[in-house]
Amino acid sequence: MANLKDLRNRITSVQSTQKITKAMKMVAASKLRRAQDAAEAARPYAERMESVLASLASSMVGQVGGPKLLAGTGKDHVHLVVVATSERGLCGGFNTNIVKGARLKIAQLIAEGKDVKIVTIGKKGAASLRRNYSSRMVKHFDMSHVKRLSYGDAASITDYLLSAYDNGEFDVCTLFYAKFQSALTQIVTAQQMIPASYNADNIVDLGGGAYDYEPDETEILEALLPRNLGIQIFRSLLENAASEQGSRMTAMDSATRNAGDMIDALRTTYNRTRQAVITNELIEIISGAEAL
Amino acid sequence: MADKLHFELVSPERLLMSTDVDMVVVPGVEGDFGVLINHAPVVSTLRTGILEVHNGDTPELLLVRGGFAEVNPEGLTVLAEEAMLLSDVDRPALEAELKNANEDVADAKDDVHLTEANKTRDRLVEILGVLDLVA
Repeated sequence: MANLKDLRNRITSVQSTQKITKAMKMVAASKLRRAQDAAEAARPYAERMESVLASLASSMVGQVGGPKLLAGTGKDHVHLVVVATSERGLCGGFNTNIVKGARLKIAQLIAEGKDVKIVTIGKKGAASLRRNYSSRMVKHFDMSHVKRLSYGDAASITDYLLSAYDNGEFDVCTLFYAKFQSALTQIVTAQQMIPASYNADNIVDLGGGAYDYEPDETEILEALLPRNLGIQIFRSLLENAASEQGSRMTAMDSATRNAGDMIDALRTTYNRTRQAVITNELIEIISGAEAL
Repeated sequence: MADKLHFELVSPERLLMSTDVDMVVVPGVEGDFGVLINHAPVVSTLRTGILEVHNGDTPELLLVRGGFAEVNPEGLTVLAEEAMLLSDVDRPALEAELKNANEDVADAKDDVHLTEANKTRDRLVEILGVLDLVA
């Protein structure tokens, strides 16, 4: 039978763990609110951008040439997989799910005989991908210094992708991140960034008219495509940040609850043991007195 | 109201404005252009400059930098990389920032820092240039 002192120690240790998980849950909840606001505030820009792009792109369809970012390199051999995860752990299945999604895709691409290169954002994903694919990892972006995500953080990633694309280092780029839906659900999303993908539903009906372009169509597209890439990355990072906090909040909430259950169970055992000890002592005293 | 133009101004961080107005004057790369209701569809890139929002007597002036303007039958959408009310612009603060940026350019150790510092400086120079024109 466990002795009383051990039980007391275990109860205190579980209690302090519970305090920590509770605090983490509260911190995550307040960070979540901020991250969610930021993610929602960035949505209009990204949506408008997509609709401008969609209408421009649809008018370019069928034309020969066109910017490489939209039309692609004409090849489909080298795939770049960008995996965005968090810098910190203790956030439930958040990182695992993103990495799982990315792994599936990578394995599938390799099976198809494609060349796969991996870029990671955030150290958690990098750590678990390095185990299998360390030779394929070409670049890592450290986000640990970032307190509040700004467009500039996305811009450095965008610049890297653009220059690598210009140098012909890859043909297709896909980004993995978790789209925020609620604190309970985050959806792992794979978004094709290069060549740019767009949703044809976003095209505004011009009622038979056509756009005038100032300066001209190609020049606008050439300015718009890199910026669109930046915006999409920025938006994904914001979504990811919100997902991370949501996931952490849920994970810490259940950890707090588990700790509570554990304390209850330990306390019952403790009380039972205490009673047993007292009974034993009494029996000893009484049988001692009887012997006299 | 049927005779008003629906105008939206968005920056990457947030939606800054979404209202119905009389007219907007947009600083396009090839010159300023006014947009009224029922304007023909246009897509234009922006230059750093002043965006005028006319609604009532006194126009509201905003400083915008980089981005696009799109006119479609639903209205005008300006996607600006940066936008702020002209009255909110803090000139001395910007000048101090420019001084810092100049020092950064001088202190830059490698190419990465230099391009970064140059970008910041060019941005400030552009903004201050526009402010000089207005003042």
